[in-house]
Amino acid sequence: MSENAFEEDRRHDAQDPIYSGTPLLETRGVSKRFGAVEALSQVDFDAYAGEVVALVGDNGAGKSTLIKGIAGIYGFDEGETYFEGKQVSIHSPRDSASLGIEVVYQDLALADNLDVVSNMFLGREWLQGKSRLFGNLLPLSEVEMEQRAVATLGELAVTTLQSVRLPVASLSGGQRQSVAIAKAVLWNSKLVILDEPTAALGVAQTRQVLNLVRRLAEKKLGVVVISHNLHDIFEVADRITVLRLGHKVKTYITKDTDQQEVVHAITAGQVKVVPGMSS
Amino acid sequence: MSAHETIENQGALLDSQMPQSPAEYVRAYLRRLRAGDLGALPIIVGLVIIAIIFQSANANFITPRNLVNLVIQMAGITVIAYGVVFVLLLGEIDLSIGYVSAVAGVSAAILLRDSLTNPALSWMDWWNVIPIALAIAAAVGFLHGLLITFFQLPSFIVTLAGLLAWNGVVLLIIGPGGTVVIQNAVVRDLASAVLPPIWSWIIVGVFVAIYGINEFWTMRTRLRAGLRAKPASIIIAQIAFMSVIGAIIAYVFNINRALNAEALPQQGMPVIAVIMLILLMLLTFVAERTRFGRYVYAIGGNKEAARRAGIRVERIRVLVFMLSSFMAGCGGIILASRLKSVATDAGGGSLLLYAIASAVIGGTSLFGGRGKLSSAVLGALVIASVDNGMGLLNLSAGVKFIITGLVLLAAVVVDALSRRRQSQSGIR
Ligand SMILES: Nc1ncnc2c1ncn2[C@@H]1O[C@H](COP(=O)(O)OP(=O)(O)OP(=O)(O)O)[C@@H](O)[C@H]1O
Ligand SMILES: [Mg+2]
Repeated sequence: MSENAFEEDRRHDAQDPIYSGTPLLETRGVSKRFGAVEALSQVDFDAYAGEVVALVGDNGAGKSTLIKGIAGIYGFDEGETYFEGKQVSIHSPRDSASLGIEVVYQDLALADNLDVVSNMFLGREWLQGKSRLFGNLLPLSEVEMEQRAVATLGELAVTTLQSVRLPVASLSGGQRQSVAIAKAVLWNSKLVILDEPTAALGVAQTRQVLNLVRRLAEKKLGVVVISHNLHDIFEVADRITVLRLGHKVKTYITKDTDQQEVVHAITAGQVKVVPGMSS
Repeated sequence: MSAHETIENQGALLDSQMPQSPAEYVRAYLRRLRAGDLGALPIIVGLVIIAIIFQSANANFITPRNLVNLVIQMAGITVIAYGVVFVLLLGEIDLSIGYVSAVAGVSAAILLRDSLTNPALSWMDWWNVIPIALAIAAAVGFLHGLLITFFQLPSFIVTLAGLLAWNGVVLLIIGPGGTVVIQNAVVRDLASAVLPPIWSWIIVGVFVAIYGINEFWTMRTRLRAGLRAKPASIIIAQIAFMSVIGAIIAYVFNINRALNAEALPQQGMPVIAVIMLILLMLLTFVAERTRFGRYVYAIGGNKEAARRAGIRVERIRVLVFMLSSFMAGCGGIILASRLKSVATDAGGGSLLLYAIASAVIGGTSLFGGRGKLSSAVLGALVIASVDNGMGLLNLSAGVKFIITGLVLLAAVVVDALSRRRQSQSGIR
């Protein structure tokens, strides 16, 4: 099943010049078991620079598991991962970060008590001076970090923040999500993975975040978006990969498919119409 | 934030990068106050109330002599509470600090005593005994930290075990003698020595100068980088305010506090006040300006976020428990110096609870991620004032504890109310 889908993708994709080169990220036959649960089995997945690829599937389909494996939160049990054409082994978040992979997690990984700048640089602070042994006690380069944070937020046109020195706790959901995304792009990252970036956001804030996602692709980054909201996905994604019960069903090119077909793939044909779905 | 506001706020980020006018700065401060972000204000008001109550009950409360006593009384608790602040920032607790302080105190006392009689130890003097005692304390903290992180145990339990075990160790070390007297002059003087009067002015001057230079330097670099900075007029006003407070403090320290006019004059700033101040500045720098401090706040705010950001969370936690025990060790030596001896009851009594209460009264959250080093000083000042004031009134220990308990309760209620206000007005 997955073998066939893979072949079909390639033929499909070849029509668009963006998909003719090497994928930025590619997994081949990755699997992951949690005890008796087979969360992922033999999944092939790819993402290209300059495109937004959506990862969809029902609850428990294995979406978060796939991206956590790519991010190095835990390793895959089998299969290979390629980044820019080279096989890589990712064992920790540090490994994926050093390749240029950044993940914005479903449960936002921001510290509420810290301000925007501190969150954007968390774990990678700029220091005044260098010391292998006493780096932890060197003064932070607050001014430079703040300048850079402001510049990055500006480039992404995130203009609704009052100040980058406010604690993240005081921001709205959309602003927090924007900060989390800006944090991901701050590091000259090549691939940004977003796990349900618009869940729990209102209409205006969802728009804000979707615009931001599009802007990342325009900046020639590869973007992977997980979402349950097909409407959002059809608006923002170039391709859609469907997972079901840990297996990859198929990858669709957004402009060549419709919501009906994708829903069918997600639910194995059991659900024909989703409430609120546009036909 | 509604869609409407979102659109209106377009470009707000750029606005916020403009230099601030003094009026704007004051308005922003008042807005924060109204929104419930009270800072140190409630505790300062509390201190004034405490001072008025005790002064009206006993005219000896606000006298140069008693104020110096107060400083000496609060020193041990304050220094221990510095370490507590770091532990609380992590969202952990350290119940062992009382007896760890005693371990350091008794180690120093025994080594100094034996250096007088045992030729093999004759090389020991205050300047190497104190570091040895502090290293022992830090090693104890390292052990706690390892147990907590390696076996994933709650710090409450590990340090509770520490509380019991180190109490036992102190009893065993002191042995049947019951008290180890400290004869070393330097250690004896640590808590009680005072500096010549001129130093009061020098120290206040240096402190204000460091503050001013730092503020202006920050302002200059921020403005050069095109970032919003605190206005110069506000900085000048703050320096002026600090100079006045500092001058009052120096003046009070320099009043002759000898009871008998014919006796030698007693005046000047206690050495221990300078030590407290230097530690405060050093640790504030560590907490607010370094990567280590940033990580402590991050772990306390969201441990998982810290871990995903690549922070070596367990290493930081071990270091914080080491720091906590190290500061407890410093406090233990100060307390030993104050009593000029270490007895079997060292580290017990209300010490642990006073140290934790100081940090909490000062506004450090028990839930992690929120608090400041200076809260330890303010909280310890409240606790020591209540203790000292009621001592002057000859109130029994029972009354003293009840009142101290109520003060702690009042402090956390004020904090909870201000926090609720803040979450309603969207600051936190
Ligand atoms: N740490 C874990 N331990 C055990 N089982 C897990 C773990 N993480 C995920 N699983 C299981 O793996 C399967 C896939 O989970 P995953 O979180 O990847 O789903 P998802 O597609 O992200 O779902 P959702 O849309 O609800 O976020 C589920 O059956 C889940 O119960
Ligand atoms: Mg998920």
